[in-house]
Amino acid sequence: MALMRVTSPHAHGPLSTARVMQTVLLACIPGVAALTWFFGYGTLVNIAWACLVGLASEAIALKLRRRPMGMYLKDYSALVTATLLAIAMPAYAPWWLILVGVSFSIIIAKHLYGGLGYNPFNPAMVGYVVLLISFPVEMTSWAAPRGVNAIEVPGLLDAVKLCFVPGSVDAVTMATPLDLLKQNKTLAVDALWQQNPQFGRWAGVGWEWASLGFLAGGLWMLYRRIYTWHAPVAMLASLTLMAALFDDGGAARSTGSPLFHLLSGGTMFGAFFIITDPVSSAVSNLGRLVFGALIGVLVFLIRSFGNYPDAVAFAVLIMNFAAPFIDYYTQPRTYGHRQGGTASRKGAP
Amino acid sequence: MLADYSILLIGAILVNNFVLVQFLGLCPFMGVSNKLETAMGMSMATTFVLTLASACSYLTFNYLLEPLGLGYLRTISFILVIAVVVQFTEMVVRKSSPLLHRVLGVYLPLITTNCAVLGVALLNINKEHNFMQSLFYGFGAAVGFSLVLVLFAAMRERLAVADVPIPFQGAAIGMITAGLMSLAFMGFAGLV
Repeated sequence: MALMRVTSPHAHGPLSTARVMQTVLLACIPGVAALTWFFGYGTLVNIAWACLVGLASEAIALKLRRRPMGMYLKDYSALVTATLLAIAMPAYAPWWLILVGVSFSIIIAKHLYGGLGYNPFNPAMVGYVVLLISFPVEMTSWAAPRGVNAIEVPGLLDAVKLCFVPGSVDAVTMATPLDLLKQNKTLAVDALWQQNPQFGRWAGVGWEWASLGFLAGGLWMLYRRIYTWHAPVAMLASLTLMAALFDDGGAARSTGSPLFHLLSGGTMFGAFFIITDPVSSAVSNLGRLVFGALIGVLVFLIRSFGNYPDAVAFAVLIMNFAAPFIDYYTQPRTYGHRQGGTASRKGAP
Repeated sequence: MLADYSILLIGAILVNNFVLVQFLGLCPFMGVSNKLETAMGMSMATTFVLTLASACSYLTFNYLLEPLGLGYLRTISFILVIAVVVQFTEMVVRKSSPLLHRVLGVYLPLITTNCAVLGVALLNINKEHNFMQSLFYGFGAAVGFSLVLVLFAAMRERLAVADVPIPFQGAAIGMITAGLMSLAFMGFAGLV
């Protein structure tokens, strides 16, 4: 009988980087499906083209850094960055916009810092903010959702044409609900709701269902233990609290109800797909609570009082910047040591 | 009254941050941000000096230069005022608190060359702030400077162990990071 000599650890975690990334991609499906139903095939075309650009940028960066290409290309991390950026961008974005954004994310925000596991800023959000500041018009022209003013959303062929030959097909763009609420100075919220067909049951037509889709995907990832609940719950709770504090029941200067903020723009997508990035967020559980809560506060402040109607990307970048500092002050107690790093007297010789 | 001052403070700390939005005081920002502890010492010293220098230069301009019609001498006289304030602070700190002097000692003379200090003094005149506004504006500028300096130092400690490509190591990746942070701070635009 041959005795096997196997050294510990005997229990292997089933999760590898590639598995985690695959799970993130799968968890995007409900939200992307909702976006595709309401806004047409634009998001899918965005994702496909962004993934191609992402893989190419990753390959170029790896080649320049003389790193093994096969291993890093197969870990899906470039695909996740590209997909998240493509989802965050407006549907039917022109091809060059995606090219600039995705290659900036992968080459500058990720590989200049040492690649996967070292990037201090979330690469997708860096790409988004660079595009938003450089090309504000393209980045804020959202297609009108299905069902508003009996609009027919473009088909697959038209979506591809719109991406690669911008302007070749007539597409209807509309202000998003967050834009409308921001520009509104005179109407009470109820009247605003009635005058603009973009508003749906709770937030915007289409947006609310996409948000619920991303919420569902996020809950599934929580169930699969891809990340802990701390950051997303803290962000959603602080955003709700801020919106409730400033909510004045629907007068013209209203900043929107808590439910509106939760289901508008990138709130859910940010909470479950962006701020949960294990590299660029805080590390400890307490640190993640602080990190998430401050993102929620910043999102509300910038949305309501700043220049940008949706603020998730800015809030995430600002807090990415603060994450190492948060980590410094929320280091968990190590076993056998008291708070502050001195050895525990109990049991010491 | 209170709202005015808080708007002035938020404006100086976040919206028009002296380092990341107005690009003043970049030398200490890049130079003293390698370690978190030194960054904290530097930011404390800068906060003290900047607030004091902002008030002193206001007094100098309004009670010395303006009555004599020597407004065009403000740049050179502010440099002198700042140097005096720095030297005075160093002497007082050395006599009164040797411990604090040991913590801040090296950084105090460096502040003389911090362009944010001169920038605040000149901006106070340009924006026609009164005495209290100058004081608050100087304090806000210093807090904003300290905030980004300390956060940047914590981040650079992490960058020091990252697998950064050789051509980008050190100051290069620091500048790129500062650029990305400046992008993030553009999100505060319009807040006040």
